[in-house]
Amino acid sequence: MGTLIDIQSLNLYYGTFHALKDVSMDIPEKAITAFIGPSGCGKSTLLRTLNRMNDMIPGTRIEGQIAVGGTDIYSREVDVETLRKKVGMVFQQPNPFPKSIYDNVAYGPRLHGIRSKGKLDEIVETSLRSAALWGEVKDHLKRSALSLSGGQQQRLCIARALAVNPDILLMDEATSALDPISTLKIEELAQDLKDRYTIVMVTHNMHQAARVSNQTVFFLNGEVVEYSDTEKLFSNPRDQRTEDYISGRFG
Amino acid sequence: MSTRGKISGNTPNPFASRRGLNQFNNRLFTLLVWVVGICTVLFICGLLFLILQKGLPKLEWSFLSGLPSEIEEGGGIGPTLFNSIYVLVISLVISIPLGMAAGIYLAEFAPDNKFIAFVRICVEGLASVPSIIFGLFGIAIFVEAFQIGLTILGGAVSLAFLNLPVLTRVTEEAIRAVPIEMKNASFALGGTHLQTILRVLIPVSLNSIITGICLVAGRAFGESAVIILTAGVTTSGEMWDFSLFSPGETLAVHLWYVQSEAIVPDATEIAEKAAAVLVFVVLLINVIFRVPLWLNARKTRV
Repeated sequence: MGTLIDIQSLNLYYGTFHALKDVSMDIPEKAITAFIGPSGCGKSTLLRTLNRMNDMIPGTRIEGQIAVGGTDIYSREVDVETLRKKVGMVFQQPNPFPKSIYDNVAYGPRLHGIRSKGKLDEIVETSLRSAALWGEVKDHLKRSALSLSGGQQQRLCIARALAVNPDILLMDEATSALDPISTLKIEELAQDLKDRYTIVMVTHNMHQAARVSNQTVFFLNGEVVEYSDTEKLFSNPRDQRTEDYISGRFG
Repeated sequence: MSTRGKISGNTPNPFASRRGLNQFNNRLFTLLVWVVGICTVLFICGLLFLILQKGLPKLEWSFLSGLPSEIEEGGGIGPTLFNSIYVLVISLVISIPLGMAAGIYLAEFAPDNKFIAFVRICVEGLASVPSIIFGLFGIAIFVEAFQIGLTILGGAVSLAFLNLPVLTRVTEEAIRAVPIEMKNASFALGGTHLQTILRVLIPVSLNSIITGICLVAGRAFGESAVIILTAGVTTSGEMWDFSLFSPGETLAVHLWYVQSEAIVPDATEIAEKAAAVLVFVVLLINVIFRVPLWLNARKTRV
């Protein structure tokens, strides 16, 4: 497994608040990396720097470097839209557009100039299959996406993200609004997808990180406390703070 | 074997209704809301019925398309009806793009500073300025500065100014009401700001925007003060006069004119019929503007 995302001494400020402190890490490709830590520890912030969604928050300032596939994504030549096409994102709340299931999945490809009906049909089917939703919705693609259940909506959002053919999929607490069965489905889906995509997920749920991820990063107050193989981090943490957190003493 | 009644038996039912003051107030309030609601609906329906019932049965094609008469009986409303629609269309063509653009700017692009806050207060203020002020503004521009007299163009542009603040306000509110999650979804898929506005923000807020357009279209169709001052109380006397520089008396103005100034013997009947047509067209405008929404809703059945 090679490194796909290379973060070098990253500091991020919201105004005067120092949200990420000297973060450095390598994220391997075609694997699941989980960010865990208590609320406000900076894990979601770091995730959103990877597709530059933080750009939209006024007063955000970034120092350091993030390279994706060897390219500094904060350099002047980088086109944010192209970056986001390569680094897809799934949010905490399922957020389908109030359009049909088909139009939701086809939204991304259409943005990037694909017009042909045949091509779009193909993309919609492959993406929905990849998101394990095809069987449930193939007979009513014209129905409103809002008619789906929460878990289905979230898988639709994953299909929508996959439709633009990204290399990386960011999941920002993608199961925290879902019931246990839907959560399980999304976790299984993530396992399937990691053969083809590099997945970075933020989760509040340590057990989820332990179940699905290959690497786990533990954050505290904007700093990386520990980063190692998931198995090792949960069975034999190096840092006392990690141990306290995973054994439920705080957080 | 057990019967449901048995459960409570002789013990007092813990769920028995308590006839406290709260319950009484609750019922009283519910009753009040119902009564007020029904009265209001009855009043509105009655008003509509009265207007339509007085005018509609006597309507003939000759009245709708005929020329108005100054002295004799039997004048029609053809040119004024045409002017009403013509002026309305021109004013909407001017005000919808401008109002929506301004609303989108305020919602999406405007920096969050004191100047923009001031602009917002001005827009809100302008939205509630009496229409006659816009009429005087129209006179100042078209009659006095440009010296083109009372024209359809002047009337339409002044009407557009009248509606601009409302449209701006409605669009801004509608765009702001779109959940941030949807905007983020579009950005995260690599959408540009323009693509996000055109493909997510406007379609999602279209319902509210169209409601706003219906409101201003209805108001513009029934507006008289602005038209009297800027387009005049006469028509060119021809049907289908598309010239922008003809005098542009509209139906609403004609209604006022026959009732207050005209000397035709059948003034009252003309007024009743004209009022019915006016109300009918306003209802029609509301239906027509909603057609795209219905089509849109049919495409994505829940």
